[in-house]
Amino acid sequence: MNWLHFASIIGAAVAVSFGAIGPALAEGRAVAAAMDAIARQPEAAGAITRTLFVGLAMIETMAIYCLVVALLLLFANPLLA
Amino acid sequence: MKSPLVTEAVFHIGPVAVSEPVVATWAIMAALGLGGYLATRRLRFVPNGPQAFFELLVESVDSQILDTMRVEPAPYRAFIGSLFLFILAANWSGLVPGAEPPTAHLETDAALAFLVFLAVIFFGVRAGGWLGYLKAFASPSPLLIPLNFVESLTRTFSLLVRLFGNVMSGVFVIGIVLSLAGLLVPIPLMALHLLTGAVQAYIFAMLAMVFIAEGLEPQASDKPKRGAP
Repeated sequence: MNWLHFASIIGAAVAVSFGAIGPALAEGRAVAAAMDAIARQPEAAGAITRTLFVGLAMIETMAIYCLVVALLLLFANPLLA
Repeated sequence: MKSPLVTEAVFHIGPVAVSEPVVATWAIMAALGLGGYLATRRLRFVPNGPQAFFELLVESVDSQILDTMRVEPAPYRAFIGSLFLFILAANWSGLVPGAEPPTAHLETDAALAFLVFLAVIFFGVRAGGWLGYLKAFASPSPLLIPLNFVESLTRTFSLLVRLFGNVMSGVFVIGIVLSLAGLLVPIPLMALHLLTGAVQAYIFAMLAMVFIAEGLEPQASDKPKRGAP
Protein backbone atom coordinates (compact mmCIF):
# COMPACT_ATOMS: atom_id res chain seq x y z
CA MET A 1 0.00 0.00 0.00
CA ASN A 2 1.81 3.10 -1.15
CA TRP A 3 0.98 6.75 -0.58
CA LEU A 4 -1.29 6.82 -3.64
CA HIS A 5 -3.73 4.48 -1.89
CA PHE A 6 -3.79 6.67 1.20
CA ALA A 7 -4.22 9.79 -0.90
CA SER A 8 -7.14 8.18 -2.78
CA ILE A 9 -8.93 7.14 0.39
CA ILE A 10 -8.46 10.54 2.02
CA GLY A 11 -9.45 12.25 -1.21
CA ALA A 12 -12.67 10.21 -1.37
CA ALA A 13 -13.56 11.04 2.24
CA VAL A 14 -12.82 14.73 1.73
CA ALA A 15 -14.81 14.81 -1.52
CA VAL A 16 -17.94 13.40 0.11
CA SER A 17 -17.69 15.26 3.40
CA PHE A 18 -17.00 18.70 2.01
CA GLY A 19 -19.06 18.15 -1.11
CA ALA A 20 -22.12 17.43 1.04
CA ILE A 21 -21.94 20.74 2.93
CA GLY A 22 -22.95 23.01 0.07
CA PRO A 23 -25.93 20.95 -1.17
CA ALA A 24 -27.11 20.45 2.44
CA LEU A 25 -27.22 24.19 3.09
CA ALA A 26 -28.79 24.83 -0.30
CA GLU A 27 -31.50 22.19 0.17
CA GLY A 28 -32.29 23.59 3.60
CA ARG A 29 -32.70 27.06 2.17
CA ALA A 30 -34.82 25.79 -0.71
CA VAL A 31 -37.17 23.81 1.54
CA ALA A 32 -37.44 26.71 3.98
CA ALA A 33 -38.35 29.07 1.16
CA ALA A 34 -40.91 26.61 -0.20
CA MET A 35 -42.48 26.19 3.27
CA ASP A 36 -42.67 29.95 3.58
CA ALA A 37 -44.33 30.21 0.17
CA ILE A 38 -46.84 27.45 0.97
CA ALA A 39 -47.68 29.07 4.32
CA ARG A 40 -48.37 32.36 2.56
CA GLN A 41 -50.28 30.86 -0.34
CA PRO A 42 -51.58 27.37 0.44
CA GLU A 43 -53.59 27.14 -2.79
CA ALA A 44 -50.35 27.14 -4.82
CA ALA A 45 -48.92 24.21 -2.86
CA GLY A 46 -49.06 21.82 -5.82
CA ALA A 47 -47.06 23.98 -8.19
CA ILE A 48 -44.58 24.96 -5.47
CA THR A 49 -43.99 21.35 -4.45
CA ARG A 50 -43.44 20.27 -8.04
CA THR A 51 -40.93 23.03 -8.68
CA LEU A 52 -39.30 22.33 -5.33
CA PHE A 53 -38.75 18.68 -6.24
CA VAL A 54 -37.12 19.54 -9.54
CA GLY A 55 -34.95 22.16 -7.86
CA LEU A 56 -33.95 19.77 -5.09
CA ALA A 57 -33.01 17.18 -7.69
CA MET A 58 -30.77 19.74 -9.39
CA ILE A 59 -29.12 20.70 -6.09
CA GLU A 60 -28.76 17.11 -5.02
CA THR A 61 -26.88 16.31 -8.21
CA MET A 62 -23.89 18.22 -6.85
CA ALA A 63 -23.67 15.90 -3.84
CA ILE A 64 -24.15 12.90 -6.11
CA TYR A 65 -21.28 14.08 -8.31
CA CYS A 66 -19.05 14.14 -5.22
CA LEU A 67 -20.20 10.63 -4.35
CA VAL A 68 -19.40 9.41 -7.86
CA VAL A 69 -15.97 11.03 -7.71
CA ALA A 70 -15.34 9.27 -4.38
CA LEU A 71 -16.45 5.95 -5.87
CA LEU A 72 -14.18 6.46 -8.86
CA LEU A 73 -11.28 7.14 -6.50
CA LEU A 74 -12.02 4.03 -4.45
CA PHE A 75 -13.06 1.48 -7.08
CA ALA A 76 -11.96 2.65 -10.52
CA ASN A 77 -8.90 4.73 -9.80
CA PRO A 78 -7.02 5.21 -13.08
CA LEU A 79 -3.79 6.02 -11.22
CA LEU A 80 -3.74 2.71 -9.38
CA ALA A 81 -4.51 0.50 -12.37
CA MET B 1 -16.28 -5.18 -1.24
CA LYS B 2 -17.76 -5.49 -4.70
CA SER B 3 -17.35 -2.41 -6.84
CA PRO B 4 -20.65 -0.79 -7.86
CA LEU B 5 -19.13 0.31 -11.15
CA VAL B 6 -18.54 -3.11 -12.69
CA THR B 7 -21.05 -5.78 -13.69
CA GLU B 8 -20.25 -9.41 -14.19
CA ALA B 9 -21.80 -11.58 -16.85
CA VAL B 10 -24.25 -14.21 -15.63
CA PHE B 11 -24.34 -16.22 -18.84
CA HIS B 12 -23.51 -15.83 -22.51
CA ILE B 13 -25.79 -15.95 -25.55
CA GLY B 14 -23.31 -16.63 -28.33
CA PRO B 15 -20.70 -13.87 -28.08
CA VAL B 16 -22.98 -11.52 -26.10
CA ALA B 17 -22.50 -11.48 -22.34
CA VAL B 18 -25.74 -11.06 -20.37
CA SER B 19 -25.32 -9.48 -16.96
CA GLU B 20 -27.58 -9.50 -13.94
CA PRO B 21 -29.10 -6.01 -14.52
CA VAL B 22 -30.13 -7.08 -18.01
CA VAL B 23 -31.92 -10.15 -16.68
CA ALA B 24 -33.63 -8.00 -14.02
CA THR B 25 -34.65 -5.50 -16.72
CA TRP B 26 -36.16 -8.30 -18.82
CA ALA B 27 -38.07 -9.57 -15.80
CA ILE B 28 -39.43 -6.09 -15.04
CA MET B 29 -40.35 -5.55 -18.70
CA ALA B 30 -42.16 -8.87 -18.79
CA ALA B 31 -43.98 -8.15 -15.54
CA LEU B 32 -45.03 -4.66 -16.65
CA GLY B 33 -46.08 -5.87 -20.10
CA LEU B 34 -48.08 -8.77 -18.70
CA GLY B 35 -49.62 -6.51 -16.06
CA GLY B 36 -50.58 -3.97 -18.71
CA TYR B 37 -52.13 -6.67 -20.87
CA LEU B 38 -54.09 -8.17 -17.97
CA ALA B 39 -55.21 -4.77 -16.70
CA THR B 40 -56.58 -3.65 -20.07
CA ARG B 41 -58.12 -6.96 -21.15
CA ARG B 42 -61.68 -6.33 -20.03
CA LEU B 43 -62.24 -2.60 -19.93
CA ARG B 44 -65.63 -1.35 -18.85
CA PHE B 45 -67.29 1.99 -19.11
CA VAL B 46 -67.95 2.03 -15.38
CA PRO B 47 -64.62 0.91 -13.92
CA ASN B 48 -64.33 -1.73 -11.23
CA GLY B 49 -61.56 -1.79 -8.59
CA PRO B 50 -58.31 -2.45 -10.51
CA GLN B 51 -59.41 -0.49 -13.55
CA ALA B 52 -60.24 2.51 -11.36
CA PHE B 53 -56.75 2.33 -9.86
CA PHE B 54 -55.05 2.26 -13.26
CA GLU B 55 -57.29 5.04 -14.55
CA LEU B 56 -56.25 7.09 -11.53
CA LEU B 57 -52.60 6.39 -12.41
CA VAL B 58 -53.05 7.43 -16.05
CA GLU B 59 -55.01 10.52 -15.05
CA SER B 60 -52.33 11.63 -12.59
CA VAL B 61 -49.63 11.18 -15.25
CA ASP B 62 -51.82 13.23 -17.61
CA SER B 63 -52.34 16.01 -15.11
CA GLN B 64 -48.60 16.16 -14.36
CA ILE B 65 -47.83 16.45 -18.08
CA LEU B 66 -50.51 19.12 -18.48
CA ASP B 67 -49.21 21.12 -15.52
CA THR B 68 -45.53 20.86 -16.42
CA MET B 69 -45.51 21.01 -20.21
CA ARG B 70 -48.72 22.99 -20.82
CA VAL B 71 -49.58 20.87 -23.85
CA GLU B 72 -52.06 18.16 -24.73
CA PRO B 73 -50.74 15.12 -22.81
CA ALA B 74 -51.78 12.40 -25.29
CA PRO B 75 -48.57 12.23 -27.43
CA TYR B 76 -46.31 12.13 -24.37
CA ARG B 77 -48.35 9.91 -22.07
CA ALA B 78 -46.89 6.63 -23.27
CA PHE B 79 -43.25 7.68 -23.05
CA ILE B 80 -43.41 9.55 -19.74
CA GLY B 81 -45.72 7.00 -18.14
CA SER B 82 -43.58 4.03 -19.10
CA LEU B 83 -40.43 5.82 -17.96
CA PHE B 84 -42.01 6.48 -14.58
CA LEU B 85 -43.46 2.99 -14.17
CA PHE B 86 -40.28 1.25 -15.28
CA ILE B 87 -37.98 3.26 -13.02
CA LEU B 88 -40.37 2.85 -10.09
CA ALA B 89 -40.56 -0.91 -10.62
CA ALA B 90 -36.79 -1.09 -11.09
CA ASN B 91 -36.05 0.89 -7.93
CA TRP B 92 -38.47 -1.13 -5.87
CA SER B 93 -37.31 -4.47 -7.31
CA GLY B 94 -34.54 -4.34 -4.70
CA LEU B 95 -37.17 -5.50 -2.21
CA VAL B 96 -37.28 -8.92 -3.85
CA PRO B 97 -34.79 -11.06 -1.90
CA GLY B 98 -31.65 -11.69 -3.89
CA ALA B 99 -32.47 -9.15 -6.57
CA GLU B 100 -30.61 -5.90 -7.06
CA PRO B 101 -32.24 -2.88 -8.73
CA PRO B 102 -31.04 -2.67 -12.35
CA THR B 103 -30.97 1.11 -11.95
CA ALA B 104 -28.16 0.69 -9.40
CA HIS B 105 -25.87 -0.02 -12.35
CA LEU B 106 -24.56 2.58 -14.73
CA GLU B 107 -25.65 0.86 -17.95
CA THR B 108 -29.41 0.85 -17.30
CA ASP B 109 -29.38 4.51 -16.29
CA ALA B 110 -27.28 5.39 -19.32
CA ALA B 111 -29.82 3.68 -21.57
CA LEU B 112 -32.72 5.54 -19.92
CA ALA B 113 -30.98 8.91 -20.13
CA PHE B 114 -30.10 8.24 -23.77
CA LEU B 115 -33.77 7.47 -24.43
CA VAL B 116 -34.69 10.85 -22.97
CA PHE B 117 -32.02 12.51 -25.12
CA LEU B 118 -33.48 10.89 -28.25
CA ALA B 119 -37.04 11.70 -27.18
CA VAL B 120 -36.20 15.39 -26.82
CA ILE B 121 -34.94 15.41 -30.42
CA PHE B 122 -37.86 13.30 -31.69
CA PHE B 123 -40.62 15.35 -30.07
CA GLY B 124 -38.84 18.63 -30.87
CA VAL B 125 -38.54 17.73 -34.55
CA ARG B 126 -42.11 16.46 -34.68
CA ALA B 127 -43.45 19.69 -33.16
CA GLY B 128 -41.41 22.23 -35.12
CA GLY B 129 -39.55 20.41 -37.90
CA TRP B 130 -35.76 20.22 -38.07
CA LEU B 131 -35.47 23.97 -38.58
CA GLY B 132 -37.65 24.79 -35.59
CA TYR B 133 -35.78 22.31 -33.43
CA LEU B 134 -32.38 23.72 -34.39
CA LYS B 135 -33.70 27.25 -33.92
CA ALA B 136 -34.42 26.42 -30.30
CA PHE B 137 -30.65 26.19 -29.73
CA ALA B 138 -30.31 29.87 -30.57
CA SER B 139 -33.38 30.78 -28.56
CA PRO B 140 -32.33 33.73 -26.37
CA SER B 141 -29.45 34.81 -28.61
CA PRO B 142 -27.23 33.12 -31.21
CA LEU B 143 -24.27 33.72 -28.90
CA LEU B 144 -25.58 30.94 -26.66
CA ILE B 145 -25.50 28.20 -29.33
CA PRO B 146 -22.38 26.46 -27.94
CA LEU B 147 -23.70 26.74 -24.39
CA ASN B 148 -27.11 25.32 -25.32
CA PHE B 149 -25.45 22.53 -27.25
CA VAL B 150 -23.20 21.58 -24.33
CA GLU B 151 -26.17 21.85 -21.97
CA SER B 152 -28.18 19.32 -23.95
CA LEU B 153 -25.34 16.83 -23.44
CA THR B 154 -24.52 17.60 -19.82
CA ARG B 155 -28.11 17.49 -18.67
CA THR B 156 -28.41 14.00 -20.14
CA PHE B 157 -25.26 13.06 -18.26
CA SER B 158 -26.55 14.56 -15.02
CA LEU B 159 -29.84 12.69 -15.47
CA LEU B 160 -27.85 9.47 -15.67
CA VAL B 161 -25.56 10.25 -12.75
CA ARG B 162 -28.45 11.40 -10.52
CA LEU B 163 -30.47 8.21 -10.87
CA PHE B 164 -27.38 6.00 -10.61
CA GLY B 165 -25.99 7.83 -7.59
CA ASN B 166 -29.22 7.81 -5.64
CA VAL B 167 -30.20 4.19 -6.20
CA MET B 168 -26.67 2.84 -5.97
CA SER B 169 -25.93 4.74 -2.75
CA GLY B 170 -29.13 3.35 -1.22
CA VAL B 171 -28.17 -0.22 -2.13
CA PHE B 172 -24.61 0.38 -0.95
CA VAL B 173 -25.62 1.81 2.42
CA ILE B 174 -28.01 -1.09 3.03
CA GLY B 175 -25.22 -3.53 2.17
CA ILE B 176 -22.75 -1.82 4.52
CA VAL B 177 -25.24 -1.71 7.41
CA LEU B 178 -26.18 -5.34 6.80
CA SER B 179 -22.53 -6.37 6.97
CA LEU B 180 -22.02 -4.39 10.20
CA ALA B 181 -25.23 -5.02 12.13
CA GLY B 182 -27.80 -7.75 12.41
CA LEU B 183 -30.84 -8.88 10.53
CA LEU B 184 -33.50 -6.26 11.30
CA VAL B 185 -31.30 -3.16 11.54
CA PRO B 186 -31.36 -2.17 7.81
CA ILE B 187 -35.19 -2.10 7.67
CA PRO B 188 -35.53 1.67 8.34
CA LEU B 189 -32.90 2.29 5.66
CA MET B 190 -34.83 0.06 3.27
CA ALA B 191 -37.98 2.08 3.96
CA LEU B 192 -35.99 5.23 3.21
CA HIS B 193 -34.73 3.56 0.03
CA LEU B 194 -38.35 2.93 -1.02
CA LEU B 195 -39.11 6.63 -0.59
CA THR B 196 -35.95 7.64 -2.47
CA GLY B 197 -36.80 5.24 -5.28
CA ALA B 198 -40.29 6.70 -5.71
CA VAL B 199 -39.00 10.29 -5.57
CA GLN B 200 -36.24 9.54 -8.07
CA ALA B 201 -38.69 7.91 -10.50
CA TYR B 202 -40.91 10.98 -10.19
CA ILE B 203 -37.99 13.36 -10.69
CA PHE B 204 -36.66 11.44 -13.69
CA ALA B 205 -40.07 11.57 -15.39
CA MET B 206 -40.48 15.21 -14.38
CA LEU B 207 -37.11 16.25 -15.79
CA ALA B 208 -37.81 14.29 -18.98
CA MET B 209 -41.02 16.34 -19.30
CA VAL B 210 -39.17 19.60 -18.68
CA PHE B 211 -36.50 18.77 -21.25
CA ILE B 212 -39.04 17.69 -23.86
CA ALA B 213 -41.11 20.83 -23.24
CA GLU B 214 -37.98 22.95 -23.73
CA GLY B 215 -37.36 21.33 -27.10
CA LEU B 216 -40.89 22.03 -28.32
CA GLU B 217 -41.71 25.12 -30.30
CA PRO B 218 -42.02 28.18 -28.03
CA GLN B 219 -45.46 29.18 -29.36
CA ALA B 220 -46.74 25.63 -28.88
CA SER B 221 -45.66 25.45 -25.26
CA ASP B 222 -46.70 28.99 -24.29
CA LYS B 223 -50.44 28.80 -24.42
CA PRO B 224 -51.99 26.61 -21.75
CA LYS B 225 -54.63 24.27 -23.11
CA ARG B 226 -56.72 23.30 -20.14
CA GLY B 227 -58.83 20.23 -20.80
CA ALA B 228 -60.84 18.64 -18.03
CA PRO B 229 -60.27 20.30 -14.65
